[in-house]
Amino acid sequence: MSLFLLKRLFTLIATLLAASVVVFWVLEVLPGNAAQMLMGPDASPEAVLALARQLGLDHPPLQRYGLWISGLLTGELGNSYVYSTPVLELVLERLALTVPLAVMAMVLTTVLALAVGVYAASHHNRAGDVGLMAATQVGVAIPNFWFAILLILLFSVHLRWFAAGGFPGWEDEGVLGGIKALLLPAISLAVVQAAILARITRSAVLEVMREDYVRTARAKGLSRRATLWRHVLRNALIPVVTVMGLQFANLLAGTIVVENVFYLPGLGRLIFQSISNRDLIVVRNCVMLLAAMVVIVNFVVDLLYAVIDPRVKASDI
Amino acid sequence: MRRALRHPSFVIGGVLTLLLLGAAAMSLVWTPWSPYEMNLPGKLQPPSASHWLGTDPFGRDVASLLLVGARNSILVGVIAVGIGLGIGGALGLLAAARRGWVEELIMRLADFTFAFPAILSAIMMTAVFGAGIVNSIIAIGIFNIPTFARVTRASANAIGSRDFILAARACGKGPWRITIEHVLPNIASVLIVQATIQFAIAILAEAALSYLGLGTQPPQPSWGRMLSEAQTLLFQSPMLAVYPGVAIALAVLGLNLLGDGLRDLLDPRLTRKR
Repeated sequence: MSLFLLKRLFTLIATLLAASVVVFWVLEVLPGNAAQMLMGPDASPEAVLALARQLGLDHPPLQRYGLWISGLLTGELGNSYVYSTPVLELVLERLALTVPLAVMAMVLTTVLALAVGVYAASHHNRAGDVGLMAATQVGVAIPNFWFAILLILLFSVHLRWFAAGGFPGWEDEGVLGGIKALLLPAISLAVVQAAILARITRSAVLEVMREDYVRTARAKGLSRRATLWRHVLRNALIPVVTVMGLQFANLLAGTIVVENVFYLPGLGRLIFQSISNRDLIVVRNCVMLLAAMVVIVNFVVDLLYAVIDPRVKASDI
Repeated sequence: MRRALRHPSFVIGGVLTLLLLGAAAMSLVWTPWSPYEMNLPGKLQPPSASHWLGTDPFGRDVASLLLVGARNSILVGVIAVGIGLGIGGALGLLAAARRGWVEELIMRLADFTFAFPAILSAIMMTAVFGAGIVNSIIAIGIFNIPTFARVTRASANAIGSRDFILAARACGKGPWRITIEHVLPNIASVLIVQATIQFAIAILAEAALSYLGLGTQPPQPSWGRMLSEAQTLLFQSPMLAVYPGVAIALAVLGLNLLGDGLRDLLDPRLTRKR
């Protein structure tokens, strides 16, 4: 087990380092002199140099990279070029919305997908299966931001059950108020991802249901439900959990778009505002944070994989 | 061909895809109105005989915007998939032909790029190079590379242990000649299926980027940007938010069904049963 964990940890750290190099190179080195961009093309060289010194941009790229990495580890992310407030403060404020939104969406996705996938597989080739698979085929084709707009049209414009956008915070209207504000965004993210996951769940369950040990379990007199829960699901979960990890990346990418649909003050909108303001230090840290979240979630999925499938651990020893 | 015409996914997907291609092709020679011509006195009109789907907030004909938008979506899809297939396919074949550390390095690089979804890559490129259709095509194309690399490598490895490959090696053919003459033709069907799926994903990604203002820039029509503009008018003209979304959904659905149909029809196990 320790060798398995060590190998995965090594891959995690290597991937995070590689991601940081790419992000730094694209968002710090490629754009050129950030101080020049902030001052504008008509600024004097002395003014540009003074700003560069103030922002620490006069150091060589390798030194700036080293400072950035040590800052990431200690929480010193520097100050926003535009607002002069600590980047960490800005990011934490926005994470308080993006993380709960992503978690809500993932929970909804999982519940919906497993329910639909298992039901469809256990009613294979009957009306329920055909109908649900047709629905998931349509679900996969729908853009999540369009589905979000349709939800606004129905629930905000016509029924007036929900606000069309905005977030009241976790304190003003309490936790329930915050959850209500995130419900439509979470549903719009979840439905599309659930459609993809439901199809994979159904295939995985059907694959396992054809195995000899499942037939043996039924022949022994075990009920369909007991066979499904005790023998089929655990083995069917293996490919499903893998895909869930990959889907988290899509979900995070989706929050960037959906936050803009609902005007939510999350990480996605912070990135967009920073791009418009040419506040590249904020963009760099936010992009690195999102990439790190994806990598860490896939690491956790790898570990879960070993828990669900003992053969994975054994093959690494 | 008869088998293809009896396959529901292939038929429905094929019809929808042909509609998409037909709309794009027709927009090259004719649209009901010019999609760039503004007519502010005639803005936000409901559907009528002269404007089949009504007009947008600038008085432009919605049906014409949708037709030209189809053309832009196909352009992005073709180039982005071309980038992915060209570079990703070559990397996958290289990984399968060389094996060892070359294969390991390529696959680790492919895994690494999954940390950067298309939207994130496009955001990074936009922050540096500015918004536009070219940057969004490059970002989506780069995102396609690891997918094609993995699929090509897996398929090439599966073919690599077949007897006719061993025979070609025994005849003294080099790895590159074997790859070009024997492996590539035998994995072409898998790559075609993957290309239709990635095409659908490229259309969705381009629509999302245009919705955010990072993709196709005005005055070029784009389905995503039409949705962005329509969102501010949900109370006055809700249907403006429906038409572009239906266009995107039908295009993606058609390509997905076509991919599913092709996968079933080109599966040698099903072909052999006949």
